[in-house]
Amino acid sequence: MTESTEAKIWQEVASPFCGIASDDLTIKVEGNTVTVQENGDAITKKGFETPISDTQARIQGKEVSLEQAISHATDLLRNSKQPVIAGLATDLNGARSAMALADKSRATIDHLHSKAAFRNILVLQDTGWMNTTLTEVRNRVDLLVVVGSDIEVGFPRFFERMVWNEESMFGQEIESREVVYLGKTPSGDASTSPKGKKAQIIACDDADLPEVISVLRALLKGKTIQADQVGGIPVSQLATLADRLQQAKYSVVTWSASMLDFDHAEVTVQNVCEMVKELNAETRSSGLPLGGKDGDTTANQVSAWQAGYPMRTNFSRGYPDYDPYLSDTNRMLADDEVDTLIWVSSFDIDQTPPPSTAKTVVLGRSGMRFEQEPDVFIPVGTPGIDHEGRAFRTDSVVSVPLRKLRDSGLPSTFEVLSAIEKSL
Amino acid sequence: MLTKLTGGRVYDPAHGIDGKVQDIYIRDGRIVDAPTDGKINEEIDLRGKVVMAGAIDMHTHIGGGKVNIARTMLPEDHAADVVARTELMRSGCGHAAPSTLTAGYRYAEMGYTAGFEPAILPINARQAHMEMHDTPIIDKGGYVMLGSDDFLLRMMAANNDQESINNYVAWTMTHSQAIGVKVVNPGGINAFKFNQRKLDLDEQNKYYGVTPRDILMRLAQAVNELGVPHPLHVHGCNLGVPGNLGTTIDTMEGINGLPMHMTHIQFHSYGTEGDFKFSSGAAEIAESINKNKNITVDVGQILFGQTVTASGDNMRQFAGSPHSHPNKWVCMDIECDAGCGVVPFKYKDQSYVNALQWMIGLEVFLMVDDPWRIFLTTDHPNGAPFTSYPHLIRLLMDKTFRNDVLSTLHPEAQKASHLASLEREYSLYEIAIMTRAGAAKLVGLADRGHLGVGGAADITVYTDHVDREKMFSKPDYVFKDGTMVVKDGELINVTWGTTHVVKPDYDISIEKALKPYFDRYHTQKMGNFKMSNDEIVDDGRGSLTIQPLHKGGAL
Repeated sequence: MTESTEAKIWQEVASPFCGIASDDLTIKVEGNTVTVQENGDAITKKGFETPISDTQARIQGKEVSLEQAISHATDLLRNSKQPVIAGLATDLNGARSAMALADKSRATIDHLHSKAAFRNILVLQDTGWMNTTLTEVRNRVDLLVVVGSDIEVGFPRFFERMVWNEESMFGQEIESREVVYLGKTPSGDASTSPKGKKAQIIACDDADLPEVISVLRALLKGKTIQADQVGGIPVSQLATLADRLQQAKYSVVTWSASMLDFDHAEVTVQNVCEMVKELNAETRSSGLPLGGKDGDTTANQVSAWQAGYPMRTNFSRGYPDYDPYLSDTNRMLADDEVDTLIWVSSFDIDQTPPPSTAKTVVLGRSGMRFEQEPDVFIPVGTPGIDHEGRAFRTDSVVSVPLRKLRDSGLPSTFEVLSAIEKSL
Repeated sequence: MLTKLTGGRVYDPAHGIDGKVQDIYIRDGRIVDAPTDGKINEEIDLRGKVVMAGAIDMHTHIGGGKVNIARTMLPEDHAADVVARTELMRSGCGHAAPSTLTAGYRYAEMGYTAGFEPAILPINARQAHMEMHDTPIIDKGGYVMLGSDDFLLRMMAANNDQESINNYVAWTMTHSQAIGVKVVNPGGINAFKFNQRKLDLDEQNKYYGVTPRDILMRLAQAVNELGVPHPLHVHGCNLGVPGNLGTTIDTMEGINGLPMHMTHIQFHSYGTEGDFKFSSGAAEIAESINKNKNITVDVGQILFGQTVTASGDNMRQFAGSPHSHPNKWVCMDIECDAGCGVVPFKYKDQSYVNALQWMIGLEVFLMVDDPWRIFLTTDHPNGAPFTSYPHLIRLLMDKTFRNDVLSTLHPEAQKASHLASLEREYSLYEIAIMTRAGAAKLVGLADRGHLGVGGAADITVYTDHVDREKMFSKPDYVFKDGTMVVKDGELINVTWGTTHVVKPDYDISIEKALKPYFDRYHTQKMGNFKMSNDEIVDDGRGSLTIQPLHKGGAL
């Protein structure tokens, strides 16, 4: 990353707003106004360009000093019998401070994208997987199978950067790469090759996806399938796909868990992951879960190394107590089990806390609008714009350094949560 | 503030001190001379106690991607060892894949004051250091993994000169904040991506035509010529494969006398004799180590029970995945850089193979003559969690105890080993060499692992108990940089250790090749790949200690 001081043009800026964490953005900063000049997309533009509006903390809608807000939040936490620290859309040090505070205040931790993330985490904890990372995909993929996901909506530059890049390190002809959508039909043309080759689409409803995946895996295991079709898909078409997976030298099977929005989608993810493992008996194949938005990979990583467990861990007994069902904080809030909610959402003004009866403290990005004004609102800086930070990418391997692009004076989540912890 | 530690029996092999009663003075975190004016602020009576430098674990998987995968995937293993918060300590969990906080506390409670992560992937260095940053009390550092990264293999396939390879190695060490270089299944992780399932020492990578032997030679030479004190740290070919001892000996003897460290040698010392086609190669391995003075080893002792194996060697971890217990495992290809495999495992004393693995490790310990060239590890957590070190020390120091345990193991395995006939018992002095003086010298820590004036006041004090497991489990005192952190085996202070690195010189011209390489093939820019010194300091708790290079080290 280099800074051209006169023009305030920043190059090689990493985006914390999308899980693939592209770090080739050029950004212009004039005062507090940020503009993505190069390599932007709908998600990074919204992420970087959302203007600052309110900078003052509020208690019940009334402007107060930061110290007063912190003191009030501390009081709420001190008197809480069942606190929750959730949202957790923050960077490395924000997540660290949330963990320290949860430990001290005996809170339950959760992330706003846990519902999706746990469709993968439960599989990791039950049977595991064989996965790959973005640079391997960029250089090696010969067959990409997209399961049940319209990935360009959430990851607009995925195909440009990982599939239709200019060249592979290993001399592979890029145009020879093949893309197959199994389940959802893509909403745009990102998956179309530079010379116009369209992805193959094998469409079915979400509700049929579990069965379709089961049949595909069974075919790969050499089982005989009695039915002619499954979920409206001819079995012969799945048999052809199975054959292509076996012939491919480095197939990649990808999915975005947030788009597998049906009950017990984790079982389908598990079937995909076991299928990939089985393919590796003869050839190479890898899974690639796409996620990592709003700091969800970062939150789960930090929680795993500090507590041993991912999100949905409860500290009320003084030690980490992990339960992905009981400590689902959306459920806890809906069932009125929570008296105090600390909601951290420093990336996206639209990620506000779910409605609840709990006393609510929001550490939010400036400009957040609420249907129900929280008891305390503290506008915080956005990592990678207002302060430095680090964020993990979707693959849980690579993390990017985030730079301070402007001097807005907004405090970081780390500063606010650390101050609450100290005064608790 | 001057503290006097009075009258302890001191074991300080770096200065040849073997159980001599002497006083030690501490000021500002360092060991100092006796004050000329005789003024002492605090005196601690250590008469009758055993005094050593703080112990150093030179190979322990405490931070980085694969360790965190292990943590995330093992909630059931943590559940039996959750750790409650106290006034002093954060909550966490222990056993096979402990939380970073608990790991730091427990190392300190055992008298350890430093631990080194042996497998930092360059692309994952940032995470490894984040985790070590959250590991309290102990000093830390790590060895950066090269040898399956495409950049090196491309250089080798293009027959680049040694100087440019040295340059790349130095650049990578600097920007991943490392103190050593590790190679894991040399070239094998890369070959697995091309669907090769094994890669012997002279077997060629399908794409690059490069062999593991070439890679070892180039990297060992680079490390040596750069003046990096820690020799190339080698996890060899064919880990866990019966009959691998031939390759292991060939690896050690084929390096032409260059300094080389063979890690978890136990897993590489297997023959194929007997009904089970699995036998001990410890005698041949030990003989080769004894003969080749350029070689150092750590053992990677296995101990019985549940653990998890976490390795960069995804080729061998994939092969071992059918043995996972519980039945779940992860393998990953990573960023044209490396890979990893995480396979939970339970070593069983009534399994012929596991029992013999236990014996092979101990045979190597007892048959290698020079304690300066062999180090005490379980390859935490791969052979066993680090918390089993006191038990392992007792096995080494107490022949009766060792043979009592031996007699309970798989009977056929007992017949396949000469362990019962080995008389050797390690002395306290030898334990102090293996876990302190020798380890510091091997890692390249100038100011640690000894009790001489000027050294860091990392000091552990034990009661000389005949039960060595008891003795080494609960030190009377542990001092970290002069602060008493443990008293009577209990933590009383939480401090934050430093990160040890080396910074070999490199020629910036290497970036002319690296920058376009990152731009064309990678998904991260070169500038964002580099870890700055500030990232080690981080929120202010961290610090960087740059250790000296060997004299004459240069590009």
